[in-house]
Amino acid sequence: MRLSLPARIFLWTIMGFGFAFIYVPLTLVVINSFNKNTAFAWPPTGFTTSWWSKAATNEGVRDAIGRSVVVALVATAIALVLGSLAAAAIARYKFFGRDAISLLFVLPIALPGIVTGIALNNVFTNFLSELTIFTIIVGHATFCIVVVFNNVAARYRRLGSSLEEASMDLGANRFTTFRLVTFPLLRSALVAGGLLSFALSFDEIIVTTFTAGAGQTTLPIWIFQNLFRPNQAPIVNVVAAALIIVSIIPIYLSQRLTQEKSTN
Amino acid sequence: MSTTSSMSTNLRRYLHRNVGARISTLLALPLFWLVVLYIGSLLALFITSIWKIDTFTSKVVREFTLQNFIDVFTDRAYFNVTIRTLMVAICVTLICAVIAIPMAFFMARIARPKSRPVLIALVITPLWASYLVKVYAWRTMFYPEKGFINWLIEPLGGSSPGFGMLAVIIGLTYLWLPYMVLPIYAGMEKLPDSLLDASSDLGAKSGRTFFSVILPITWPAIIAGSIFTFSLSMGDYITVQILGGTFQMLGNVVYQNFSLNLPFAAAVALIPVIIMMVYLGSIRKTGALDNL
Amino acid sequence: MTYEGGTVRVTKLRKVAALFAASTLVLAGCSSSSDEGSGAYAGPVKDTPGTINVLAWPGYAEDGSTDPNVDWVTPFEKATGCTVNVKTYGTSDEAVQLMQAGGYDVISASGDASLRLIYGGDLQPVNLDLIPNYADIFDNLKDRPWNTVDGKNYGVPHGRGANVLQYTIGKVNPAPTSWSVVWEPNSPATGKVTAYDSAIYIADAAVYLMATKPELGITDPYALDQTQFDAAMALLAQQKPLVAEYWADYTKYIGAVQSGSITVGTSWQVIANVLNGEKETVGAVKPVEGATGWSDTWMISSKTEAIDCAYKWLNHIIEPSVNAQAAEYFGEAPANSKACALTANKDHCKLYHAEETDYWSNVYYWKTPTENCLDGRTDVKCIPYAEWVKAWSSFRNS
Repeated sequence: MRLSLPARIFLWTIMGFGFAFIYVPLTLVVINSFNKNTAFAWPPTGFTTSWWSKAATNEGVRDAIGRSVVVALVATAIALVLGSLAAAAIARYKFFGRDAISLLFVLPIALPGIVTGIALNNVFTNFLSELTIFTIIVGHATFCIVVVFNNVAARYRRLGSSLEEASMDLGANRFTTFRLVTFPLLRSALVAGGLLSFALSFDEIIVTTFTAGAGQTTLPIWIFQNLFRPNQAPIVNVVAAALIIVSIIPIYLSQRLTQEKSTN
Repeated sequence: MSTTSSMSTNLRRYLHRNVGARISTLLALPLFWLVVLYIGSLLALFITSIWKIDTFTSKVVREFTLQNFIDVFTDRAYFNVTIRTLMVAICVTLICAVIAIPMAFFMARIARPKSRPVLIALVITPLWASYLVKVYAWRTMFYPEKGFINWLIEPLGGSSPGFGMLAVIIGLTYLWLPYMVLPIYAGMEKLPDSLLDASSDLGAKSGRTFFSVILPITWPAIIAGSIFTFSLSMGDYITVQILGGTFQMLGNVVYQNFSLNLPFAAAVALIPVIIMMVYLGSIRKTGALDNL
Repeated sequence: MTYEGGTVRVTKLRKVAALFAASTLVLAGCSSSSDEGSGAYAGPVKDTPGTINVLAWPGYAEDGSTDPNVDWVTPFEKATGCTVNVKTYGTSDEAVQLMQAGGYDVISASGDASLRLIYGGDLQPVNLDLIPNYADIFDNLKDRPWNTVDGKNYGVPHGRGANVLQYTIGKVNPAPTSWSVVWEPNSPATGKVTAYDSAIYIADAAVYLMATKPELGITDPYALDQTQFDAAMALLAQQKPLVAEYWADYTKYIGAVQSGSITVGTSWQVIANVLNGEKETVGAVKPVEGATGWSDTWMISSKTEAIDCAYKWLNHIIEPSVNAQAAEYFGEAPANSKACALTANKDHCKLYHAEETDYWSNVYYWKTPTENCLDGRTDVKCIPYAEWVKAWSSFRNS
């Protein structure tokens, strides 16, 4: 497509502004993790690396990260199974109520998180004796299912059913077809959906506030408890900066994966 | 070997022949989870809205009353907060769209194919920085005297707007921008080159092509992105607490009342749910739901 | 710091106490039955190890995480083998919600939370014979209406204090001695005022009205009839344009003061102490009109599974040396009479009026407003706390 010069200038400017907008606050977070002053006044008065060493030895952080990882892994696992099952049904078959069920699968992320949170809290406190790590997982899995469902359903639609039909014409039964034909084609969608689901669960705070019990501190809850404490806030920045750096690689890899598949 | 394999063979044959059985097996678990757990808990919550509380202990008492709804609908304050929340959600969606559409177009069509994964990764990376930390970074930026924004615009004669509705809108726009960029990028990728070439062959300038060709085709993707920004803004209370000063939105009302007056909080929670259901219902025809 | 005295109205206090006890008996008859039987733990306290989740006001149960040198939890853990997890909360409403949700064994509750929890069945009576340190508690803190029901004690006192008026030195001139700086429209700190983000703050408005509008006839800021209540809400509406933020999280408050977005408002002494840690930045006073305050009690959940550790904690926290540390760190009057000799600052008890009664005459401890007026009036109905919450929610969203 041929673009006029004003259009090009406009697009480049927006790109520049957009990325500046996105990365200035994140840069501030990284800078503040070295800021001597705990009130984060700007410009910073002094620099220190002590917060990084304090964060490395802080037990509360490690405990919280561990719990968050466990919750995210289990919630993602549940979501991968349930989401793919549902995507297979919705994307492949036409049946009565399909639209309604499609809508149902959007609700957990379309409805505000606080509503999901208090609804689950209400049910859990009335039917269970206390909130545990399982209640957190249930809360997370509910919206993670949606994320996986969207990715896998989109992939199913793009694939079409011709390959599967060909495989069955050649004599493979449904299970073998799934194992040898469908699943390899779905793999990158599952990876993308799983990564996004893990990311959402890892950073989830609203629903978690309502489904976490007394001692169940996930990383976002730990951050919330320490965010404003003068002696701990810089450690929070350290954790955030570390997360950003650590996550760049898997994100890039996942993008490459979906990119390759879509050019097929 | 014989009984189990013949059972499994019979099962496979039954599933192969019976479409209904296949669909049911696939959907059984996911539907159970969503309908029983999720929809069930939502219904339980909304039933609570017609009950009372013991005025001294704040515990729910299962006696019928419509007082909660009367309070929500007759008190001017709750009408005001609903309108304010809608305005914030609409502003955030519009600003996100204005920034995201050109960005997505650039990344999908102008950037070199090799750099596209890098650009996408750069857009997604902020999702991994904790939501709370990002909002807190904005809080420090908005400080009236020692904040980054004040430092930036003071030489120009301005000063930090401080905490309030504007800060909340900027903060929420920042948080949800990636959620708007991704679906629109996916939509832009699918644009056939031929249509764009045909449009400029017919003499349309870039602006005309954009409004007449690109926008209508990617409209479902834009709407899909708006579902995220709209719903996430309607229910947010944490960003409002951190950046809002004395400004409040619906999420705050629910949060403040949920422990001491759950029936009332449930009644208030119905407002964003109804708004979102209406929104979802009206966009179903655009096919946006397939673009998530 | 300046403190104002007032006349002691002993007979009035006795009347109020008697009527309060009577109304609590009435409420006891109407409330839902508690889960536990009426018996407290018979004891004796054994050495069973366990874990207790403690819900505390900030500064009450310091475990070294705020400041590594401030810790009276770890010595307890080492001496008893009990593990202690501390969670702090910002308002009594939050405390009630967390206790009702479950999972906490011990709580330090103010008077506006304690009765709601007792009547809700969330707390169990405490057998004071199992807590040797109780004997040294000041007599005028024993058997108070907010922690003793039907003659049953539900906990041990921790300490008491007033909600102070805090101001940033140099930013608010002259240094304020009256609440008018946060209520009146021509305040020098407009746009930088803060107020407590809880319905109980309506009582602070009532305290100001007691001094500025005596014709309203308010005698107890928690006993407001419709006219008095409406006047208090009107005062709050008048204050709103002055307010930068309402606070419920004390660490957020500290950050806001340090950044300059808040310069004056209601606060706790512990917040001022933390802000003044490195150099003096704020002043804190009890203004001439008096103030709301709190008298807190350590109480035990009715559903705890670590009853021995819970009793040991109660005994530990009111031990003279620990009570002294906690009272000094927070900045309040200790509950244990022997703590006064053990504070690092020998004038601590004098500074916080621990052994006086005059100072407390215009400090109105947090308590839960009920329909039966807490000041004894029977000709009118007072506004119950549930209505306070509704009005506060409506006000905050208007």
